[in-house]
Amino acid sequence: MIPAAFDYKRAGSSEEAVALIAEYGDEAKLLAGGHSLIPMMKLRLAVPTVLVDIGQVGDLSYIDDRDDHVAIGALATHRSLETSELLLSQCPILAHVASKVGDPQVRHRGTIGGSLAHADPASDLPAAMLALGGSLIAQGPAGEREIQGSEFFTGYFESALTDEEMVTEIRVPKAPGDSWNYQKFNRRAQDWAIVGVAAVQVEGATRVSLVNMGSTPLRADAVEAALAGGASSAEAAEQAAEGTDAPTDLNASPEYRAHLARVLTRRALDAAGIS
Amino acid sequence: MEISVTVNGATSVTDVEPRTLLVYYLREELGLTGTNVGCDTSSCGACTVHVNGESVKSCTMLAVQADGQEVATIEGLAPSADQLHPMQESFRDHHGLQCGYCTPGMVMAACSLLEENSAPTEAEVREGLEGNLCRCTGYHNIVKAVLACSGQDVS
Repeated sequence: MIPAAFDYKRAGSSEEAVALIAEYGDEAKLLAGGHSLIPMMKLRLAVPTVLVDIGQVGDLSYIDDRDDHVAIGALATHRSLETSELLLSQCPILAHVASKVGDPQVRHRGTIGGSLAHADPASDLPAAMLALGGSLIAQGPAGEREIQGSEFFTGYFESALTDEEMVTEIRVPKAPGDSWNYQKFNRRAQDWAIVGVAAVQVEGATRVSLVNMGSTPLRADAVEAALAGGASSAEAAEQAAEGTDAPTDLNASPEYRAHLARVLTRRALDAAGIS
Repeated sequence: MEISVTVNGATSVTDVEPRTLLVYYLREELGLTGTNVGCDTSSCGACTVHVNGESVKSCTMLAVQADGQEVATIEGLAPSADQLHPMQESFRDHHGLQCGYCTPGMVMAACSLLEENSAPTEAEVREGLEGNLCRCTGYHNIVKAVLACSGQDVS
């Protein structure tokens, strides 16, 4: 399978990339690691006429300690997250979730910024990002703005980014310690989650997020409220499918996904020692 | 677009269409047909090569993304025409192949794995090769070959 023809532009900096996507509008797509976009282009589900390659922008691969949070350049690969000493000690859930994306070859090329901007409701990293209560920095022609993770995912493969913006940085609060867990349920090792659940204690509260239970990654608000009200993990987990709109596909019906969400939430809370 | 890619130590300057996938650049432009196309959907790993020392699926990368980078394919692994790379030797010794179609990708993925983890456990080898499918289901001996190549006793 070969993608449809496109014009290829390589950006040397994020400023240049933003100028290029502003010039070409919604005909252009940014290419980072390409591990979400290229498969879609091969299937001709995505047919951009201009590709702006940011893969060789050199200064966006950092993982930096910024006192109360960790700042991650948009081009940091899943592999670099998975092996980052800083994340392993200060934000271990993010390192762990990154290690569950795809397979080693995918993790060598795929980037955190690309994965979040792709806004696939079945992806692992958006769920970790939501559970942690992180934010994204978007750069556009008028400068930078910070978008809260909770406001970033707006629909099925849709984000709050405008056609003229790119993600340059991801910020996550530090959440050291062992009170976290990620349950990814799938049939084959390298697959997307049929349902996934991330649970983490951060900034004094328990946050729970769901993968593939709606058109966007979701926070399990009812579970969080039940826990805050003193419910046990088993009682709170019963609320996991509240307010969700689970998809149906060859792998699972919405009813089965709702069941999985409840079971996986209980397992995640118990494994994280949250009750 | 003109790209300059160093493949197995030799730099080639070639004019490619931007939509050319790395695997077709290797196979059709450079004639390096050791890298196979299996599923063509980033699942099976038959097309695994190294880019800057790390395993990648060359069906899911554009040749233009490899501009200025170092690529290694199965053809570049053996030190000489009459000597195999230790990983290839280990696959032969432990019967780590049947039909052989997945083998170039398996070997490249296995070399990348040992580069990152020089003494993996059996579970780590199995997880480390999760991006490579063998339709003969010869996983048992493939895992054995990788463990043996890392210097571990598999008897």
